[in-house]
Amino acid sequence: MSAEPRPPDFRRASAAALADGQLRANFRRAMDGLTSKRAAQFADPVEWRDLRALGAAIRARTLVRLPEHLARLEARCRENGIAVRWAETTGEANAIVLEILRRHGATRVVKGKSMVSEEMHLNDFLERNGIESLESDLGEYIIQLDGETPSHIIMPAIHKNRGQIAKLFGRRIRDAEYTEDVDALTAIARRVLRRKFFEADAGISGVNFAVAETGTLCLVENEGNGRMSTHVPPVHIALMGIEKVVPRLEDVPPLYSLLTRSATAQPITTYFNMIGGPRGPGEKDGPREVHLVILDNGRSRMHADPALQATLRCIRCGACMNHCPVYARVGGHAYEAVYPGPIGKLVTPQTEGVDRRADLLEASSLCGACGEVCPVGIPIPELIVRLRTEAAAPGGTSAVLGRGGARHRLESLAWRVWSAVLSRPRLYRAAALAATRLGRLVPAGLPPLSAWTRFRSAPRPARRSMQELADEEGIPDA
Amino acid sequence: MPDGSRERILARLSRGSSPEPAGEPDFAVMARRAVRPEERYASLRRAMEAVRAEFLETNEDDWAGRVRAFAEAEGIRSIAYGPGTDAAGRLESSFRGSPVRLVRYDRPIEEMKGTLFDAVDAGFTTTRGGIADTGGLILWPTPEEPRLLSLVPPVHLALLDAARIHGSFWQAMRDEGWAHRMPPNALLVSGPSKTADIEQTLAYGVHGPKRLVVVAILPRA
Repeated sequence: MSAEPRPPDFRRASAAALADGQLRANFRRAMDGLTSKRAAQFADPVEWRDLRALGAAIRARTLVRLPEHLARLEARCRENGIAVRWAETTGEANAIVLEILRRHGATRVVKGKSMVSEEMHLNDFLERNGIESLESDLGEYIIQLDGETPSHIIMPAIHKNRGQIAKLFGRRIRDAEYTEDVDALTAIARRVLRRKFFEADAGISGVNFAVAETGTLCLVENEGNGRMSTHVPPVHIALMGIEKVVPRLEDVPPLYSLLTRSATAQPITTYFNMIGGPRGPGEKDGPREVHLVILDNGRSRMHADPALQATLRCIRCGACMNHCPVYARVGGHAYEAVYPGPIGKLVTPQTEGVDRRADLLEASSLCGACGEVCPVGIPIPELIVRLRTEAAAPGGTSAVLGRGGARHRLESLAWRVWSAVLSRPRLYRAAALAATRLGRLVPAGLPPLSAWTRFRSAPRPARRSMQELADEEGIPDA
Repeated sequence: MPDGSRERILARLSRGSSPEPAGEPDFAVMARRAVRPEERYASLRRAMEAVRAEFLETNEDDWAGRVRAFAEAEGIRSIAYGPGTDAAGRLESSFRGSPVRLVRYDRPIEEMKGTLFDAVDAGFTTTRGGIADTGGLILWPTPEEPRLLSLVPPVHLALLDAARIHGSFWQAMRDEGWAHRMPPNALLVSGPSKTADIEQTLAYGVHGPKRLVVVAILPRA
């Protein structure tokens, strides 16, 4: 990791996002549309229940025997002529990609959408090494033109409206006429990118599902840029996290259905592309070489904990962010992480450390919406609580990176006092008396209470406690 | 080449001891989805028209003539196709004397790229079948019918035998035993290329074909 000028700070970043009316309007409109369209896709509650149970079962069972499935995937891919490489870190993955590109003298690369490549900061890395790496998904292309990162894992440019995109195209694309017409903007991108597909020396893509049984790499898309990137250039490099494997080909249709309906409320995408190898004997097109890079980057650490392992079930549909009241208000950039929203609150602290990203764990009202809509049944709220506990744990070790690092002395002292008071009746009565009679005198506007009262009105203690009122009514102690 | 990263990753993953979840995944929900044979074509057409696919309904004897009439009426000047298939033979005889030029995709892409990207108006392919419940065509490109025919030209003409429409994607791969015979590239295509990346507004023809025209061979009534 390169040195960052300042550590991420959700509180500061979200305050800035909340102050941006345009950004909030862009997100609100998008999220409202997505949630209602998704609901229509899963209108049959029995089908939703059963399909989700199936998706969850497939993903959970895959993870239990992950090394077996990965080894099988590797063997099948090799039989199909796909070269397989493994990377523990993003740095290692970048080096592998660069080595393949250098071997082919590639200087122009087109990319399909890949969240793993975002983890790798691959574009920056390749540019630094003199290789043009162009995003070809329209949303990714837009944000790359503006030097930004995705604000949503499915709709990376969702934070921008057409006016902002029109200005950007006018500024950054030669001969682009100013237009706010979406079809015309799309046509401009088509013109530029078709040339790039034509000229590219290599194509890079992600992987939605990698089938161990057949050595097949599945790609889900609507635009055709994924097919262009993987089939026009002579070399294709596919990037996947270790969790993307599924055991059997038969596992793909239910997961694909859950993915497209949850992500964009489509029964099916325009293209479902199943890649089973490079150009075969007699074939006239398709890449001469297909490479698969399998990346860990902290995933095996999540895998080690039986509960947190569920993080790896994720099929990257984005439904949790679409339904999150926090995400809908602050947008994706405030998280300052590759994966924003609820699933990001699980992934980011586990890869960067629960101590370093404790801010994300606190940025949840635990309303439960994310857990309800997750198509593979990841208990996101419960896992957020689990990670909060890990972050504040009193020493000891576990698989979780940064355990105990967010523990505050004052906070743990407060909890010890709380525990002592509540387990001693006399002390409790004395404390209740003090709180009801003197509570109003406590300066709520000063630290530490100001952390609460800065954004909320201070609670006013009742003049008499519930216990006193109950005693008056003659209700006996339990 | 010894791969230390591979060994270390697999070793870490093997250390965990999560309990095996009880019971096999239950695929009954997938079986329930399959559309009945007599409703399959209508279901496929409805679903694909919703994402702007176009349909030419024809029959086994007349389809090539229908394609010619369509191409001439739409001002399509050239169609790339893969010679060597039965369908290609039918196409060639039908287009004799037509102002529409048939372009043979019979050399490697390295020699055909300019033609395919810039000099043809349409690409013609056969299909392996269709998917009824969600809509979608099944394509398994072959040496005779290369992968890019269905992607690069601005219009994709796809020949579909309505008798080969499966109830669902899951049903198709099970009935045909795909797991034992996956080709280097297999595809589902449900419409012309599209995007909603700008303000979630649907726009068609972003990178791939701007039009998908399904030439549907229906059984004679």
